[in-house]
Amino acid sequence: MTASQTRIPRSTEMLHDYLLSEEQLESMYRYMLLSRRLEERMMTLNRQGRADFVIAGAGQEAAQVGAGMALKAGVDYAAPYYRDLGVMLVLGMTAREAMLNTLGKLDDPNSFGRQMTSHWGSVERRVITQSSVVATQLVHAVGVALAAKMRNDPIVVFASCGEGSTSRGDFHEALNFAAIHKLPVIFFVENNGYAISVRTEKEMPVPHVADRASAYGIQSAVVDGLDAIAVYQTVRPAVDQARRGGGPFLIEAKCFRMWAHSSDDDHRRYRPREELENWTSRDPIALFRSRVEEDCLFPPEDLDAIESGVEVEVRAAEKWAFDQPDPVGEDALGFVYKDAADV
Amino acid sequence: MSEVSVLEAVRETLDEALGADDRVFLLGEDLETGGVFRATDGLAEKYPGRVLDTPLAESSIIGITIGAAHYGQRPIAEIQFADFIHAGFDQLCSEASRWSWRTRGEQYLPMVVRTPWGGGVHGGQHHSQSIEAYYAHMPGIKVVAPSFPADYRSLLKAAIADPNPVLFLEHKRTYRLIRQEVDGAPAEDRIGHSRITRTGEDLTVFAYGLMLHEALTAAEELSGEGVECTVVDLLTLNPLDQETILEAARATGKVLIVHEDTLTGGLGGEIAAIIAEQAFEDLDAPIRRVAGPDIPPMPFHEAMESFFMPDSVKIAAAARDLAAY
Repeated sequence: MTASQTRIPRSTEMLHDYLLSEEQLESMYRYMLLSRRLEERMMTLNRQGRADFVIAGAGQEAAQVGAGMALKAGVDYAAPYYRDLGVMLVLGMTAREAMLNTLGKLDDPNSFGRQMTSHWGSVERRVITQSSVVATQLVHAVGVALAAKMRNDPIVVFASCGEGSTSRGDFHEALNFAAIHKLPVIFFVENNGYAISVRTEKEMPVPHVADRASAYGIQSAVVDGLDAIAVYQTVRPAVDQARRGGGPFLIEAKCFRMWAHSSDDDHRRYRPREELENWTSRDPIALFRSRVEEDCLFPPEDLDAIESGVEVEVRAAEKWAFDQPDPVGEDALGFVYKDAADV
Repeated sequence: MSEVSVLEAVRETLDEALGADDRVFLLGEDLETGGVFRATDGLAEKYPGRVLDTPLAESSIIGITIGAAHYGQRPIAEIQFADFIHAGFDQLCSEASRWSWRTRGEQYLPMVVRTPWGGGVHGGQHHSQSIEAYYAHMPGIKVVAPSFPADYRSLLKAAIADPNPVLFLEHKRTYRLIRQEVDGAPAEDRIGHSRITRTGEDLTVFAYGLMLHEALTAAEELSGEGVECTVVDLLTLNPLDQETILEAARATGKVLIVHEDTLTGGLGGEIAAIIAEQAFEDLDAPIRRVAGPDIPPMPFHEAMESFFMPDSVKIAAAARDLAAY
């Protein structure tokens, strides 16, 4: 944290408002696990030659799930980025849909096999369709927030990206405009230390992405992205404040990318061996489990039951998804223009 | 009955749209004080909170327009000069153009980006350019470039009603130059349709924007010499009205395509290809193009600018040659 950042007031009383129920903690664990197990299967399918491309959020689940749970699913809008499987699951995407997406199936609700995997979008879940061009979605989020403000709709827009995206002009233009108009946008940066192979010290001269907020007069916070509970307790007050008209907030979650950039990348070419070896002991899901066990919140058998349930769900979803129809070549046609009669 | 300029047609249509639908709003640079060309004069006062000045940042002007349209508003963005739109190229071409395609129409963008384009105003390299070919190349963006005030009214209205991104090009030289008695004048209200503005049996000229007016002047002059031209006002540059293009080409068998944009990769090439592929046997002469020379931008000095710009004299000369072929 630097002096330029505004800390969220953290009185005991206030934190109390953001305590998580046992049920929420259970969901948190389940979503994180589901995200990880899905991605592990996706990567296996890729290595077997049965899935063309995987871009994962492994290691970032605590940030994604903690932040996602701070939103009102189905009410708030989200402009996530491609690593955000955890966010998508919290917002309601199912394991089956995730597998449809991975396999590029015709019924993938994100883009029906038209986009690469992990390019999310859903009208029902209020997820803005996104592309591979990083940071463009931050500006779309601002536009949604502007429109909602014009209509006096009490929604919040969650816009996430990696720290790599924060080098692009759209990041700065988005923060600037959102600040000028006090728009309800939560800019959530999952800083995993790398833009593919480029380390943060070659991406920016300041230690934290959050330091940039002061240039736009935006409140900001840095949070441990390995701690799902801390992430929730940071994002939730910011969401509530934005919903009340308090304006945008920039939150930087310090994360770590467990895997390579994508299934086509080999990060051993550019990451020190010790970094990768030490990392596995800082797995956010393992950390979460040991914390709730230490606090005696759940008996280990309950957590084991969640784990085995997730395993079964992932395998069943995969098996089901393989049986779903593939697009044919001509499915590429159509919908270039929205039919005015269909509006 | 009164004459209306292109600029007045644009302003009146924006005014009407703001009055008719509270989802409509305008955003861009200097709009609250009326805009540099005065296209939004008086609208900020008349519609408080619905005419927004933005920072000087084209990518976010277009990106925010995308977001607002996605939410269900009917945003109309202005890019102050078309020359500066390329900072938003990514937002238009990598995002807006495929919003519907990549969601099979579940998500769509009822948005308009208006921008003044074209030369003849001593605007030099960055206040004169023709940018249409870059954007007309991209399926998913409709590109409209009218010539007459009545069409500006009807097509801007159609653009605002369209559930897709429309790039609406306003030729800045015509803003005050071209006036028309709009009551009873032909007004195309369908994007994707061209109009045969004048019929003559000797050759067919295709043009849009300021060049349409230059083509009509040339056609008048040639008529005095006994050469009769058909003149097609393209109106929409993407998607092109292939049916009208082919009908007009076949009617005379001789085709001249005019644009201010530089020759190579300009829309003339695409129109020529459509005609060559589908009406080759109806042609009596090679297809001709009159266009800006292949130098990067419009030059500033008047002599060089005139050299760059096609005009009625150059069009008439090419048409005479073609008629005599």
